[in-house]
Amino acid sequence: MAQNNNNGEIRYLNPPTVEVRKKKYCRFKKAGIKYVDYKDAEFLKKFLNEQGKILPRRITGTSLKFQRKVAQAIKRARSIALLPYVTDLLK
Amino acid sequence: MLKQYETVFIATPVLSDVQMKDAVAKYTDLIKANGGEVVYEEDWGLKQLAYSIQHKTSGFYYLIEFKADPQFIGTLETQYRRDERILRYLTVALDSNAVAYAEKRRNNKLNPKAAPEQEEAPKVEEETVTEE
Repeated sequence: MAQNNNNGEIRYLNPPTVEVRKKKYCRFKKAGIKYVDYKDAEFLKKFLNEQGKILPRRITGTSLKFQRKVAQAIKRARSIALLPYVTDLLK
Repeated sequence: MLKQYETVFIATPVLSDVQMKDAVAKYTDLIKANGGEVVYEEDWGLKQLAYSIQHKTSGFYYLIEFKADPQFIGTLETQYRRDERILRYLTVALDSNAVAYAEKRRNNKLNPKAAPEQEEAPKVEEETVTEE
């Protein structure tokens, strides 16, 4: 285009959005937490979506070791009615 | 060889205070009578259930940490199942990490000022990375 040739540089209408994705990390490893407590429902809610489903590792960044523990804890919490099995609009 | 366990049960909300104490006493006595020892008890009081159980939307939660012979867990759970006051129960064996956590939690509850919130260190902001 004419503009581009003007002074040899590319110009954008909008500033180019360069995606700088933050590196995910396992919060358990980072904080040195060794045991995931099933009694702490508020904490476990961070690993659930709105329907009360367990979020995958690729979203939360949790390491495999702790994802298993989180899943176990969530299932325990569900069985004693601290967390719902199915719901809408959790959070 | 005693192993450490913790058990949470939900009792029906229709119980009076005295009846609730009765129910708790029944299980603590049962643990003691079978050569176990109660390490810690915690009353969570009346809580809303996340979903209804036996058409009830709330219940009395009670947590007991105890040491007992693994053989005993069967008897304890049988008692739970026979007891009409109990809506739900959960018994969990504690491994070494869990024992350490339970101890810390216990100390936090007993003197809340001494050790303010160590375990919940990372309040990571809500991550909304959904693509890929």
